[in-house]
Amino acid sequence: MLNLNGIGKRFGGLTALEGISFNVGKGSITGIIGPNGAGKTTLFNVATGIYPPSEGAVKLEGKDISTLPPEGRARLGLVRTFQNIELFGKMTVLENVMVGLHTQSSSGIFSSAFRMPWQMSEERRIREKAKEWLAFVGIPELEDVEAGTLSFGKGRLLEIARAMALEPKLLLMDEPAAGLNSSETAELADLIKKIRDLGVTVALVEHDMDLVMDICDQLVVLNLGTMLAEGTPREIQDNQAVITAYLGEE
Amino acid sequence: MKSDKLKFLVFCLVVLIAPLPLAGGYLTSVLIFVGINGILALGLNLLLGYAGQISLGQAAFFGLGAYGSGVLTTMYAVNPWLAMIIVAICVAIFAFAIGFPVLRLKGHYLAMATLGVGVIANIAFNETIALTGGPSGLSGIPNLSIGGFNFDTDLKNYYLVWSFALVMVLLSLNLVNSRFGRGLRAIHDSEVAARVMGVNARLMKVQVFTLSAFISAIAGSLYCHVMTFISPTTFSFHVSVELLTMIVIGGLGSVYGSILGALLLTMLPEILRTFHDFDIIFYGLLLVSMTIYLPGGLVRGIPALFRRLMPTRGANA
Repeated sequence: MLNLNGIGKRFGGLTALEGISFNVGKGSITGIIGPNGAGKTTLFNVATGIYPPSEGAVKLEGKDISTLPPEGRARLGLVRTFQNIELFGKMTVLENVMVGLHTQSSSGIFSSAFRMPWQMSEERRIREKAKEWLAFVGIPELEDVEAGTLSFGKGRLLEIARAMALEPKLLLMDEPAAGLNSSETAELADLIKKIRDLGVTVALVEHDMDLVMDICDQLVVLNLGTMLAEGTPREIQDNQAVITAYLGEE
Repeated sequence: MKSDKLKFLVFCLVVLIAPLPLAGGYLTSVLIFVGINGILALGLNLLLGYAGQISLGQAAFFGLGAYGSGVLTTMYAVNPWLAMIIVAICVAIFAFAIGFPVLRLKGHYLAMATLGVGVIANIAFNETIALTGGPSGLSGIPNLSIGGFNFDTDLKNYYLVWSFALVMVLLSLNLVNSRFGRGLRAIHDSEVAARVMGVNARLMKVQVFTLSAFISAIAGSLYCHVMTFISPTTFSFHVSVELLTMIVIGGLGSVYGSILGALLLTMLPEILRTFHDFDIIFYGLLLVSMTIYLPGGLVRGIPALFRRLMPTRGANA
């Protein structure tokens, strides 16, 4: 599904990533873990087109998307959520999800201003779709609430609903469990599995090891901008290099 | 949805009967300018209030509209309605072209760049004397007319300008509650998230900039035909700032707020006239107190104020 080949990213003289290569298998849940400052979020930003890689290539289903901006990648079915939640705070919850349906609708300035019949029916269609996604993540009752007033946990669910509205092939989640309590994290784990069962490939950056070990099929470990290990959760748990990176040497 | 339609109908009704008690007096002509400023403020509000992109160069598009119509109708005897359409489209194309480089900038830099556009346009109005008449202005612009009906009195012009304003209010209301409007508001709240959702932020910003220029040009054409005389001072930097003040006071991101702001700021100088040059102090006080006490503008502030006052009044009674 997603193929990273020799990714490097430098900010001036600082090398944030170097020689990162791995595959995210179709239909899998891949976890990207590593200590703070390992380059996980930078890798995400490169994968989603927030900034281009200094070297190497990002491929989605075999297609090179290294230089494509985020909106172009969204159209190809690659979408992400953010570590600190990036909602459209002054819009309602339902409207947030409706923005997620942007790529699946086409009305422009003229048809909207003049309320053409096809624009009206498209509007009804995406409104219904948006409601379905709110129900999917379990917050249908919040549709008229201003998104900026949501709690962190509900905001995260909304972000997932909004991302899922794009009907992505690949969903990248940046620390989805950050700021959630343990019961919310357990619900999140179920939700992520439900998303995988819809046929969406998931890759996530995460610090919560219980969550990662529970839901991930494959793990990639980063340390200081390089790849430390790759394998199943069980293999990673027994990997000496990983243990050293996390706990330090004796 | 139903209350939105009702609100618009009430608004239409108010506009319809407002000039009747004035019997075509001086205040009618003031209300014409409220309408023109309202259209201009609405254009700016779509750009700044909804998409979050500032422009201090609205006077340029306003002026290009006015001078375009003025020159075409006086020197080339083009039909005024046709001229209005041609000019608005040309101004829109111009805005679209400069929009791509200008809207790459953000915040203060965008303000500076659009300010530059406004200043350059004003210099052009002053210096291209052969076309515009320069500082002494362009006169003899015909009134608009339909068939044999000539818009030659204040009352007729009032209804002319306000029918344009009402149509623009309606179209804007439709627009902001659509896929396009949601895209703009999304860009305002979080551009990076909007782009990740597949919103082509760069194109949309240019589109709304173009739309706002188009609307300003129409206001310019109306202005020149209502006044029959135009000069560069009307399209100076001062106007751009006044428009900004209007939408801040009326309500950023509110269609009706644009009109309310235009009403207040157009009427205020009439009221403050007795204070001569000290009126600038009132503007300052108004802006400062608005941003401190009613940051959402009057359209949001007044209902909120009522909600706060009502229960206490009930308790006292």
